[in-house]
Amino acid sequence: MSNTTPSPLVSVEAVHKSYGALEILKGISFDVSRGEVVCLIGPSGSGKTTMVRCINHLETIQAGRITVGGEMIGYREHNGHLLELPESRISLQRQKIGMVFQRFNLFPNLTALGNITVGPVRVQRRREAEVRAEALELLRRVRLADKADNFPSQLSGGQQQRVAIARALAMKPEVMLFDEPTSALDPETVGEVLDVIKELAAEGMTMIIVTHELGFARDVADRVIMMDQGEIVEIGAATEMFSAPRSDRTRAFLQSLK
Amino acid sequence: MVDGINIDGAFFLRYLFNPPAILWQGLWLTIWISIVAQIMGMIVGLLIALCMRSRHWWLRAFGRFYVWIWRGTPVLVQLVLIYTGVAAAGFYKYPDITIGFFVLTGPLQAALIALSLNEGAYMAEIFRAALGSIDKGQFDAVKALGMRPVTAMRYIILPQAARIVIPPLGNEFTLLIKGTSLLAVIGIRELFGTIQQLNAATFRTFELFVIAAIWYLVLTSIMGFVQRHIEAYYSRYDPPLSSQTKARVKMRGLISAQR
Repeated sequence: MSNTTPSPLVSVEAVHKSYGALEILKGISFDVSRGEVVCLIGPSGSGKTTMVRCINHLETIQAGRITVGGEMIGYREHNGHLLELPESRISLQRQKIGMVFQRFNLFPNLTALGNITVGPVRVQRRREAEVRAEALELLRRVRLADKADNFPSQLSGGQQQRVAIARALAMKPEVMLFDEPTSALDPETVGEVLDVIKELAAEGMTMIIVTHELGFARDVADRVIMMDQGEIVEIGAATEMFSAPRSDRTRAFLQSLK
Repeated sequence: MVDGINIDGAFFLRYLFNPPAILWQGLWLTIWISIVAQIMGMIVGLLIALCMRSRHWWLRAFGRFYVWIWRGTPVLVQLVLIYTGVAAAGFYKYPDITIGFFVLTGPLQAALIALSLNEGAYMAEIFRAALGSIDKGQFDAVKALGMRPVTAMRYIILPQAARIVIPPLGNEFTLLIKGTSLLAVIGIRELFGTIQQLNAATFRTFELFVIAAIWYLVLTSIMGFVQRHIEAYYSRYDPPLSSQTKARVKMRGLISAQR
């Protein structure tokens, strides 16, 4: 289990999100401590992906507050209203939040190495030589040292996703968000991506992971959050939740995956 | 020789292979006006395309209005209006502008303004289509890395848009080269204007306009050759475009070619 720190690294408080009349998130609250790994599970359409996308403000919210490292993300509060921060401020906030997407979203015009260095060099304005050395080390860690000069179109899905993880790590984020990182992969490449994420967990990276891989969640997660219809149904340790779910909805969801 | 046919072969060959200096000057004028107008048109087009994709409704409205006006009226009318019309109404008299040793005359200023703004409207539609065909996930990814919009455009989005833009851009440039022949009406001695001038002096109309056609053909053919090389360069990193994107680009090319 995680070591409990006095203030959480990521704090989500009563977040509401809707598209017009359709309510996607109906008041979500949870905390993530530094070094903790939290998995979000639940049926499709339950709002898991939308939830993680709110954490780095890829989605707007209508009410509630999200903080990372004590700083409110995307908004400031003014007389009880949320006012969106300027784009430049949000860009700075996003630099400490790494994100890995379901469909990788690597930049097709850059090599694997270029994908990893473009953020630190062009966003953080760090020295190219230094960043390059770090990027090669990251590629080695995701076991793709020999693919540095390949373009994404020349890599398999699993390889692309590992480059995407390295790209996010190159920014030295405080927390990593994963949006169904293995859902778009061929079954035989799922394992190599999950292994990399497990290694990150072992190194103490704070992570919030949307996943359908229950076995993986059991192995890696300190806590699992079960969502359904825009609400949190249950939060708990994976082993307890999977063996003895407290909620009927969790039980039904787990049954449906068997 | 058929009776009544009046062709001076020697004249034709002389003007084709040993053109007088003014013909070279006219040709050079056509080339640089085309290049400058195309470059400025691309800048205008990109800005208008970004307006059309803005989250502010008034910028989107402005972008649409711009394209509507410039695509909906003939270049010839735009040209005369911008030069003769504006000067006649007294808005601006187009005094010569001297840049170093180079004098930009009034008609040239008007020509560059009209062609650039007109080309901008067509390029705006092409850029808009190209930006629209880039995967939404790319925009998520640049944001997630904390990239500011300008940085993202420069290093990620525009390089990807470039390869989609190049085929219709080639069409546009070809049309622009040919379109410069209209500049003769405001007194610019580009290729067509020069040929007209030579014609007034020699009355060898057939020979001279065949020569004009040949020169335009040479220019547009060189353009096609360059375009194929640029296309090959920009598609080096990717498998062929999806057939859907290709079809969309082709459609754009066809639409933009209809003037």
